[in-house]
Amino acid sequence: MPLIWLRVAVAFYGVGLLYSLLLLSKQGNVLGKIVEPAVGLGLIFHFVSLVESTVLIGHLSWASIHYSESILAFLAMVVFFIFFVAYRTVSPGVVIFPIVFVLTFASAVGQKPIALNSPLLRSGWIFVHVVLIFTGYAGLFLSFGASLLYLVQERALKSKRSNSLLSWLPPLQTIDEIGYRSLLFGFPFMTLGLVAGSVLAIDKYGPLFFYDPKILLSFIMWAVYMLLLYTRWSSGWRGRRAAFLATCAFVIALGAWAANFFSRTHRFIAS
Amino acid sequence: MNFIVIGVNHQTAPVEVRERFAIPEARLPEATKCLATYPGIEEGMIVSTCNRVELLARTVNGNADVRGFMRQFYGFDPEPFGKYLYEYRERDAVRHVFRVASSLDSMVVGEPQILGQVKEAYATARAVGAVNSQLDALLTRAFAVAKRVRNETAIATSAVSVASVAVDLAKKIFGNLQGKSVYLVGAGKMCELSARHLVAHGAQQIYVANRTYERAVALAKKFNGQAVPFEQLYETVSNADIVISSTGAPHTIFGKEHGEKFLSRRKNRPMFFIDIAVPRDIDPEMNKLDGIFVYDIDDLQQVVSSHVADRRVEADRAEAIVQLEVDKFQSRLLTLDVVPTIVSLQEHLETVRQAEIDRVRGRLGTMTPEQELAVEALTRGIINKIMHTPITTLKSAARESTEATTVVDLVRKLFGLRDARKAAAEQDTASSGKPGAQN
Repeated sequence: MPLIWLRVAVAFYGVGLLYSLLLLSKQGNVLGKIVEPAVGLGLIFHFVSLVESTVLIGHLSWASIHYSESILAFLAMVVFFIFFVAYRTVSPGVVIFPIVFVLTFASAVGQKPIALNSPLLRSGWIFVHVVLIFTGYAGLFLSFGASLLYLVQERALKSKRSNSLLSWLPPLQTIDEIGYRSLLFGFPFMTLGLVAGSVLAIDKYGPLFFYDPKILLSFIMWAVYMLLLYTRWSSGWRGRRAAFLATCAFVIALGAWAANFFSRTHRFIAS
Repeated sequence: MNFIVIGVNHQTAPVEVRERFAIPEARLPEATKCLATYPGIEEGMIVSTCNRVELLARTVNGNADVRGFMRQFYGFDPEPFGKYLYEYRERDAVRHVFRVASSLDSMVVGEPQILGQVKEAYATARAVGAVNSQLDALLTRAFAVAKRVRNETAIATSAVSVASVAVDLAKKIFGNLQGKSVYLVGAGKMCELSARHLVAHGAQQIYVANRTYERAVALAKKFNGQAVPFEQLYETVSNADIVISSTGAPHTIFGKEHGEKFLSRRKNRPMFFIDIAVPRDIDPEMNKLDGIFVYDIDDLQQVVSSHVADRRVEADRAEAIVQLEVDKFQSRLLTLDVVPTIVSLQEHLETVRQAEIDRVRGRLGTMTPEQELAVEALTRGIINKIMHTPITTLKSAARESTEATTVVDLVRKLFGLRDARKAAAEQDTASSGKPGAQN
């Protein structure tokens, strides 16, 4: 059952993906009117799916890798909606929707879930760790999306041609604020998530846990995250420079995500 | 008619060229006077705004060396700029002047500022005595046409002025203008107008810097703003989010290095520079800095060109009005051409009448006042009857321009009149004391 709800959610997120693709392929703001209700419904079904799978298993647990992807997508959408309510603009969705779609799609059609049955996963701490980290990721995704939009809008303004294809973009300052606030929003989650993870890991593996590739990448990402905030506070970095840093952080985040397969501490398949 | 217009505008020439031809306000009276007294030119007027420079003249014989005047006045040969210059004569010149005054030739079609600018140029030309007869009639008519276009078409109602385009752009950058501050460099009309728009959309703090501090104070007062001495310009400009520059300075005021300083002082918060001065006040290089957006008057045009398409229909209606008015004006001017002939015909017959009465007076003996009146009425009646046909023929011929000169020549020959051209010249001098009398 949870899988069906998730697939319904994927279908709705598909509208979001289509919206992004149409905008990016310069077809204009065709789905602008229906995209908000569509992804909103997607989010509701997504929530139902998550609750149901949790209830089915009987406890909070990471039944599969796909389940965690679904959680990440869900949190990204929640953060997106928080900013949507605050700024009344769907435009960061141009970047967020495809990411969310890919994540949920992967978890919805994934073949037989790889069962994660490491006893570690039964600890409540791990839940806290993952949710915190993922919320941090979600903030980073949104910030990354906003910084790309900032570049597009900045270029449009500098080129001085009135481009009706870009009229859906919110004002530069709004994009800037979304990027900055989502970064601010995600940072404490990311930090606490890493702290929680470190405490767990020290407990389990001892101080050597740090040499794990995933953990290393995560800390590098955290450092870039910090750098983003620092440059913003100290000299108000925006635009190209901020987008460059945000892209770095995003790529490292992807790397950290993919590093599961090389990681000792995060390979929870019973061996 | 012998009208001629030579000029550059935003459509034919980029701002780099226009700034070479621009004549600062202070030199305009002198320039206008020079033009009007240039050999072969009888009347002259110059319109110089940020979007156009127009030299308007009435020549003695339809052919005067206006480019020669330009060479003399500007101190450079206008020929290399030939491709940017346009030239209209006669009917086309009339049409052009009507279109300019009606704001059909404007960067933003229908914007109201150009009419005021033409009126100012006209006032300047009047003040130095550079317009007095036909050019005067042309301008007076142009203002009436502009009014008609304004009243009868919707072109002005949907007009997007440079100022409102600036507001739109500011909103694209800052979103809400609430609490944003605006810095005016120069206290000119355009600055004031743009500031008024920005304030209407929520901009709060206004700073004004001007070379003449008193003018800055006067303008700042209107907005409840703050006047800044010009010497402190570079220290204070970075306080503002939006800078509107419109000074008469011959060189740029803000360069890229200034922009870098402003940004570091503002911690890279974006700044929007609107440069409505010609020659430009802001180095276009500054636009390359992250976080600084510079729009000059030509850039604003690009932004508004899309709006213009929407008003195409109204513009077409306005063009039709202009066309009609050009026809009307032309026939009126041509009637003006035959007026001297009519006058001299009347004078001629009147002298004949008086002479004849004087000649026969002796033979008539003493007459009662009633008889005097009867003789007067009789003779007057005869010459009026005789004059009627030639005058109506002259007037109708004037309407069909091709026949006019033939008929005028014929009437002059038949009645042995003096040279009509000479008479016309005298007519001009006589009426110059009361301008507009010929309308």
